[in-house]
Amino acid sequence: MQLYDMPDARGHFGQFGGIFVAETLVEALEELRVMYEKYRHDPEFLAEFAYDLKHFVGRPSPVYFAERWTKRVGGAQIYLKREDLNHTGAHKVNNTIGQALLAKRMGKPRVIAETGAGQHGVATATIAARLGLECVVYMGAEDVKRQAPNVFRMKLLGATVIPVESGSKTLKDALNEAMRDWVTNISNTFYIIGTVAGPHPYPMMVRDFQSVIGIEAKQQMLEMVGRQPDAVVACVGGGSNAMGIFYPYIDVPNVRLIGVEAAGHGLETGMHAAPLTANSPVGVLHGNRTYLMQDSDGNIIETHSISAGLDYPGVGPEHAWLKDIKRAEYVAITDDEAMAAFHNLCRTEGIIPALESSHALAHAEKMARTMRKDEIILVNLSGRGDKDINTVAKLSNITL
Amino acid sequence: MSRIQTVFSALKANNKKALIPYITAGDPHPKHTVNLMHTLASSGADMIELGIPFSDPMADGPVIQRASERALVHKVGLRKVLDMVQEFRQKDTKTPIILMGYANPIEAMGMEKFTQAAKAAGVDGVLTVDYPPEECKDFIAALQVSGMDSIFLLSPTSDAARVDLIVNQASGFLYYVSLKGVTGAANLDIEEVKARVAAIRTKTDLPIGVGFGVKDAATARKVAAIADAVVVGSRVVVAIEQSSEDNLLSNISQLMAELRTAIDA
Ligand SMILES: Cc1ncc(COP(=O)(O)O)c(C=O)c1O
Repeated sequence: MQLYDMPDARGHFGQFGGIFVAETLVEALEELRVMYEKYRHDPEFLAEFAYDLKHFVGRPSPVYFAERWTKRVGGAQIYLKREDLNHTGAHKVNNTIGQALLAKRMGKPRVIAETGAGQHGVATATIAARLGLECVVYMGAEDVKRQAPNVFRMKLLGATVIPVESGSKTLKDALNEAMRDWVTNISNTFYIIGTVAGPHPYPMMVRDFQSVIGIEAKQQMLEMVGRQPDAVVACVGGGSNAMGIFYPYIDVPNVRLIGVEAAGHGLETGMHAAPLTANSPVGVLHGNRTYLMQDSDGNIIETHSISAGLDYPGVGPEHAWLKDIKRAEYVAITDDEAMAAFHNLCRTEGIIPALESSHALAHAEKMARTMRKDEIILVNLSGRGDKDINTVAKLSNITL
Repeated sequence: MSRIQTVFSALKANNKKALIPYITAGDPHPKHTVNLMHTLASSGADMIELGIPFSDPMADGPVIQRASERALVHKVGLRKVLDMVQEFRQKDTKTPIILMGYANPIEAMGMEKFTQAAKAAGVDGVLTVDYPPEECKDFIAALQVSGMDSIFLLSPTSDAARVDLIVNQASGFLYYVSLKGVTGAANLDIEEVKARVAAIRTKTDLPIGVGFGVKDAATARKVAAIADAVVVGSRVVVAIEQSSEDNLLSNISQLMAELRTAIDA
């Protein structure tokens, strides 16, 4: 039996979540809520979703024992949930398929998305191409520069990529711009949000679509080692890959859930993207209440992370809740620590991880050293690092 | 009677409609804001909507976004906005001031602290764009206790049940958003606005203002024939953006005079 039952009918996780939008968006969200409630347990919808996850994405993604890396680290055994092997290279596609199938049922011919690293944009463009939907992706002008390969991939897939020049020109501004598009084109447009943020029902819906990760992992761990891991570790930008693997474990006792935020240049420098770890105040942004990086006037401050996908000043409201009820723990990893883990995984396992996922790997390394050899850590390897090779090359002063 | 009510009653007695311009506090520079407010009041504004700058103005189009960015360059936060209202009130005790902004700056200050400080400064009403009535019951109550009005938006997509819900929480006046979109968008459909405003009237005695798509004097005139108040935002902000220090106040008073004439015609 599922004991944990969140959110409430208006999307509240305790004081977090909710629906904080202008009146012009309220009806659109209500329409979405009603449709999602109708389909979330509909056998036909779920069968279609499962079919696509299997035949288009290539699920289930394997769980892999990183044996050489484990030996090198010298501590707990480290297992990887291989979301990097999904079609399009990250967990993001699980959610975009779910939402695009819903868009189709709602008769919306046009989908829009915001993207940071470009993974969610690529995943949205991919499913839009497959379903024959028009696709527009908003991306901060800064991110367009640092994630050029993904911009090109989206264009190849037939999407229109619109660089967003307002504010800090990153993910949060792309989200603002997508919301503005949505409010203007409500009648024909479905907004596919890429993480467990935004107004209700998005945090719940994205979590549900991503929870395939944790559902599979639970079964795979049983098959491989006959028990559940002692700790599950995932990186947290908005928090979708982490919610996806955490959610099915929330009611499982003795499994620690650990979310890893981006400490950027270090929490003490203020240049980070770690609202939970840095104890940022509670606030309202992008339709929900959560912990938010902000100044004393309540304006959102610029974040920093080497990984565009973690560069977000807020965090999904369910993570804020899990932190407060102490069911999950949150830590932060610096750019440098993530880079070290990135290289370690490349060299010892033959896997190039995404820079986002490298934050989770770096923390797993730290933890493993303090744990016994018969203990098990499961890391959500949320994506592959092909998209990041330009960034990594630049750090070593190499031009590709 | 509140200042907002007083103004609407006086206008009604004279068979006139309210003109409510919007400016963002601190735009183009904080030193101009109080002068701009006095100019608005002396050149035809019945009330003033004063925007609280915010880093992420999700419901605003590019014009008002830029106004926020210009103000934030000078670090104009909510405290400074309230100081400006207080300064304005030293010379003008009649023109109602409605603060318009987003929830986060208000929550960052703290609801209680904000309502006390806003009341003390001379604010008359507050419109918090991303606070639907379901999410801000405490805030509505706090405003009511301190004698300020809660202004709410109604949109072309609000169904009958929502209109009922909102008119029961609102005070001062209702703000009908005349189009599906952000502030400053172009596609106002006057016939639709007319029908919607008529439908809202059957449910409330509160005055109804219309805004978001009023781009010129001709539109202002058509809207004035339907509604009790015409809210003009992006058009005013564009005029501010296109002015120099020297002609800022004269340009704004000229624009206000045009709008006033159109509305009174
Ligand atoms: C590979 C990868 N992991 C993680 C993230 C962070 O998002 P979330 O916290 O929603 O999983 C991203 C976002 O772009 C990503 O591309």
